[in-house]
Amino acid sequence: MAKQRVLITGISRHLGGRLAQRLEQDPDVGDIYGVDFDPPSHELNRTEFVRADIRNPLIVKVLQATEVDTVVHAAVIATPGGAGGRAQMKEINVIGTMQLLAACQKAEKLRKVVMKSTTTVYGSEPTDPAVFTEDMGPQSQPKTGYAKDAWEVENYARSFGRRRPDVALTLLRFANFIGPRIQTPLTRYLSLPIVPTAFGYDPRMQLIHEDDAVEVLYRAVREDHPGTFNAAGDGVVYLSQLIRMGGKVPAPIMTPFFGVTSSLVRRTGLVDFSPEQIGFLLYGRVGDTERLKTQFGYTPKFTTKEAVRDFLATRKLPKVFSELQAEQWERELYAFLARRRRQSRVQALEGN
Amino acid sequence: MGDAEVIRMERHRAERGPASAAGRCGARTTEGRLCRNRARPSGYCARHEEVTASAEPSAFEADLERVLAFLRRRLTGDYPIDDFGFDRDLTENVLMPMLRPLYERWWRIEQRGVENIPTAGPALLVANHSGTLPLDALMMRLGVFDATGRHCRLLAADFPFRLPFVGQLARKSGNTLACNEDATRLLKGGELVGVFPEGYKGVGKLFRDRYKLQRFGRGGFVEVALKTGAPIVPVAIVGAEEIYPLLHNVKPLARLLGFPYFPVTPTFPLLGPLGLIPLPSKWTMVFGEPIETEGLTAAAASDPMFVFNLTDQVRESIQQSLYRTLMSRRGVFA
Repeated sequence: MAKQRVLITGISRHLGGRLAQRLEQDPDVGDIYGVDFDPPSHELNRTEFVRADIRNPLIVKVLQATEVDTVVHAAVIATPGGAGGRAQMKEINVIGTMQLLAACQKAEKLRKVVMKSTTTVYGSEPTDPAVFTEDMGPQSQPKTGYAKDAWEVENYARSFGRRRPDVALTLLRFANFIGPRIQTPLTRYLSLPIVPTAFGYDPRMQLIHEDDAVEVLYRAVREDHPGTFNAAGDGVVYLSQLIRMGGKVPAPIMTPFFGVTSSLVRRTGLVDFSPEQIGFLLYGRVGDTERLKTQFGYTPKFTTKEAVRDFLATRKLPKVFSELQAEQWERELYAFLARRRRQSRVQALEGN
Repeated sequence: MGDAEVIRMERHRAERGPASAAGRCGARTTEGRLCRNRARPSGYCARHEEVTASAEPSAFEADLERVLAFLRRRLTGDYPIDDFGFDRDLTENVLMPMLRPLYERWWRIEQRGVENIPTAGPALLVANHSGTLPLDALMMRLGVFDATGRHCRLLAADFPFRLPFVGQLARKSGNTLACNEDATRLLKGGELVGVFPEGYKGVGKLFRDRYKLQRFGRGGFVEVALKTGAPIVPVAIVGAEEIYPLLHNVKPLARLLGFPYFPVTPTFPLLGPLGLIPLPSKWTMVFGEPIETEGLTAAAASDPMFVFNLTDQVRESIQQSLYRTLMSRRGVFA
């Protein structure tokens, strides 16, 4: 049997690069091609880098020349900052995906398409069900930003799937990534010493460790899992818990000013938070991972909390206080108060 | 080095007491100095032995330990929550103890038929809704927990989840939005679920309509119970109607503020914040016999006529229970 030939878009990005590294280790994978504008930042040995723009119709030539049977689309970007503005971001996400899928439709050898999507497609609203399953969509069609892009990209992918039923289509809806090396708006947000939060709101969050994300992508390439899957670590945490686990101090901001503050923070370049993420910071979002575990057959190694711990342990972020300190305070306070109590009892007895 | 050693011993003596090395009593005297008497095997002198013996395993220290451990957990984020955001640690240690005085002292709530609440497995508690503010729901949640040790997960309207603080507390205390998906997921997980099918129509009804059950939504709760095979326990709550007698609903103001209704009670808004103090009526909470749905299958859930009939049966059972309880009531406040 011929070896699998894989093309990865967004190779210069963290997950694309790591997926290529993972595939390189597998002797049953044949040629690996990485497409992007920028050269890969990861050390790759046998992956061939193709400098191309997926928005350009030339991408069809790339697909035909490489004769790949698997395409991994990991080039959809979440933040306008990285792309050079919202208009550019939308171009890359929506037009890029359209062009890529148009090219895929023409590629006769193609057998599998793996799309890196996001649980952002579900939106974040107070009227959301507590847990989203893959069959659900957003409560209301997302109107702006990444959520809209992601939803449109998924729709294009689904219609591509209908036009080419011989191609297995895997849609992976990842929760927010976290981990020792990956850079996302959330990791930068949680790296702030004082974390701005919305006053009176505490969103539920679900995260996936970057290692698990790479493994899920890898298995989607190597095994056959057509369908849509939520991918996230087990368990849920509140944002307040995340902040406390990092030994940081939350700075609650009244919601009318929250939008203004977050855009100010965005200007500083510290955190690139797009406006539609604010809903996420108010209400959060949780996806059901049952299908990933049973049908896809993968249980993420890191729970949400373990992923956070791994992120905190390797980044060596500045802490306002540490867990050990908290334990020490607990012991000292206990000793002090217990002693005071004993003393006052002795006094009371001696007084009699 | 010698100095450091001495300081540590002092502190050790002061903290723990048994200063066996020095052979001195570990307690402190009235002047705050260490007691210089010879220690007995317990680590204290004869005089302080009985003091510390009564003080050492005291409830105070156990409480102190618990409170401090709780604070440490909150400070470091070291507590689990479930997928719905239910924070058991906070609910059992803070929120419920805050509500308990209302339950026990203010409304002196009496429970009947607690044995009808299943001790294991899923069940749907269906109750009447009243009182202008949904305090009856909170009381039912607390009452079920204190009687059975089980958490009754309430299904609430979307309005509270839109509000800051309220929405957060609603989630953290284990409640969720009244939608089919959430109810099904909770019941499949074997949880007790509490639902108030009257919704706003019940909680925001006028005082003159008290104890008249309103329409029961679309019977969605019956469908969910049928699909999951969970028994339905009808619950009648008497007394909550009188806590804020709703005389008038100012609809334009409600629309302006985005509230489901704007209540006028004898004390609110007349007395301002004081008007928020609920009247101390005497409550009775009656849990009726469970209506089993086990044998009925998903086919029944998709038969609208069957669902309507079962909904009516549940509604009728609660209404009857309300009337019976009202008849036996001695007075609103007695």
